[in-house]
Amino acid sequence: MADLSHLKADFPVLSNGVHFLDSGASSQKPIPVLEAMDNFARSSYANVHRGAYKLSVAATDAYEAARERVARFIGASDPNEVIFTRGATTALNMVAFGWGMEHLGPEDRILTTEIEHHANLVPWQMVAKRTGAKLDHIPMTDEYRLDLDAYNEKLGPDVKVVAVTGMSNVLGVMPPVRSISDRAHEIGARVVVDAAQLVPHSPVMVEMLGADFVAFSSHKMLGPTGIGVLWGRMEALEEMEPFEGGGEMISEVTLHDATWAAIPHRFEAGTPPIIEAVGLHAAIDYLDSIGMEKVLEHDRELTGIALERLGDVPGLNIQGPTTLEDRGGVVSMTLDGVHAHDLATILDEEGVAVRAGHHCAKPLMRRLGVTATARASFYVYNTEEDVDALIGGLRRAGELFGVGE
Amino acid sequence: MSLEDLYREVILDHYRSPRNKGHLDKPDYRAEGVNPLCGDEITIELAFDGDQVSQVAVAGQGCSISQSSASMMSEAIKGKTKGEIEDLTKRFRDMMSLDGEADIGLDPDRPGAVLGDLESLQGVRKYPVRIKCASLGWNVLLEALDGERLS
Ligand SMILES: Cc1ncc(COP(=O)(O)O)c(C=O)c1O
Repeated sequence: MADLSHLKADFPVLSNGVHFLDSGASSQKPIPVLEAMDNFARSSYANVHRGAYKLSVAATDAYEAARERVARFIGASDPNEVIFTRGATTALNMVAFGWGMEHLGPEDRILTTEIEHHANLVPWQMVAKRTGAKLDHIPMTDEYRLDLDAYNEKLGPDVKVVAVTGMSNVLGVMPPVRSISDRAHEIGARVVVDAAQLVPHSPVMVEMLGADFVAFSSHKMLGPTGIGVLWGRMEALEEMEPFEGGGEMISEVTLHDATWAAIPHRFEAGTPPIIEAVGLHAAIDYLDSIGMEKVLEHDRELTGIALERLGDVPGLNIQGPTTLEDRGGVVSMTLDGVHAHDLATILDEEGVAVRAGHHCAKPLMRRLGVTATARASFYVYNTEEDVDALIGGLRRAGELFGVGE
Repeated sequence: MSLEDLYREVILDHYRSPRNKGHLDKPDYRAEGVNPLCGDEITIELAFDGDQVSQVAVAGQGCSISQSSASMMSEAIKGKTKGEIEDLTKRFRDMMSLDGEADIGLDPDRPGAVLGDLESLQGVRKYPVRIKCASLGWNVLLEALDGERLS
């Protein structure tokens, strides 16, 4: 067992003993992240890329150091390929609008999947409506995996972009992004990966992932809210138009026209999340000090324990694979006769925090034939005790509602 | 406050066996509502005989609180006039409101209590995120009554 139980003490929110199993929605923040932001705000804060004074230079250095740190973390060879955004959602919208509006037309097809989070589905619906492009979906098999045979059949010369999740926030499955990308590239399509769940929980080297664009959020990986990343292969970023105009993103401006600054600043209009970038930098340092291989192993071990013990809870159904291969630490479940919201209330009363609902994946819920699930998701600070508390709470819910009587 | 106070037997009974479930052939009023945050759905159909509700049908899906509240409501409004229903709705909302009077004689065991079974839902008030579940059916009911008459 990758024993990380000593880490719990680094997370102030967890000191009251809550069994926090909702890191898939947002993770807790360790003291080094909080302190890094606090120290920076107290000692070196100013706006970036503007002032000629020392403080602004220090802040700019810190902000750009965060960019370099992100690049190193995800194996990007050029830090200029790292664009800071407000989060994964903004990053995906930047691609859908900034790239999609430029390159899609009525003859084209956008291929996404049945298991996407709304963040990698709705922007494409919007762009499809505006450009006349068709929207198509890779279906899910009954084993909760993307149907790659269907994918191969759907891939045609009219497919210009493939938008796929790196890890489902409902099922926990990690689709084979590399082979999906390779196939897409054979026909000249661009590949966009929603890595909001993948990057926090698994080592990711973007060059090896094969995609052209990768989006993720800081707040799901121990960092602050308000900042996320769009990584793009430079040649793909060059095909993209800025989605927002304003300060910082221009080279020359006249009353009627403007030219763009170089990449990445072209895509960072306005004052960026500066303190948050420092926090994300510290979060990455923290994760790397554990080691992402170990983070993945730890999440998988807890998932394995959970899957095994959940199997003994009467009336419980796992919505997702019950094996560990190509799967991260997210377990969705339903309990016969007990609605997911009732489950979440009962678990909360037992000190267990889980998410209940459609998890921003309504089409997937429909495909699963459920309206809502309860979802437990694991991260570095979780322990076997958290799993036990979950199981205890589920049994309690079953008893209250008379499941299996 | 324990979970048994929230999930009283009456509530679970209405959840498992919802009353007046389904649709009417010829409703006079109809409305549907969704709670977009949690996805709970309720459709209410009403038929009137003179100025009194003669038939009610409830359809939908969701958690025990939203579904049992709508089920109990459907029983409570039968035979009532629009004015009486509005009065009942106000009482229910008062019971649910965080700042409303907590103990307006809402002992669930009290015989002849105005809200009857519905009083069993007062435990929901201690779980603020669930109040909107209990209120969903009532909001749909008022919308139905305020809507166009269908026949
Ligand atoms: C798979 C997936 N994609 C996208 C998002 C959106 O991330 P954010 O809300 O941080 O923009 C989330 C998180 O909610 C997610 O789980």
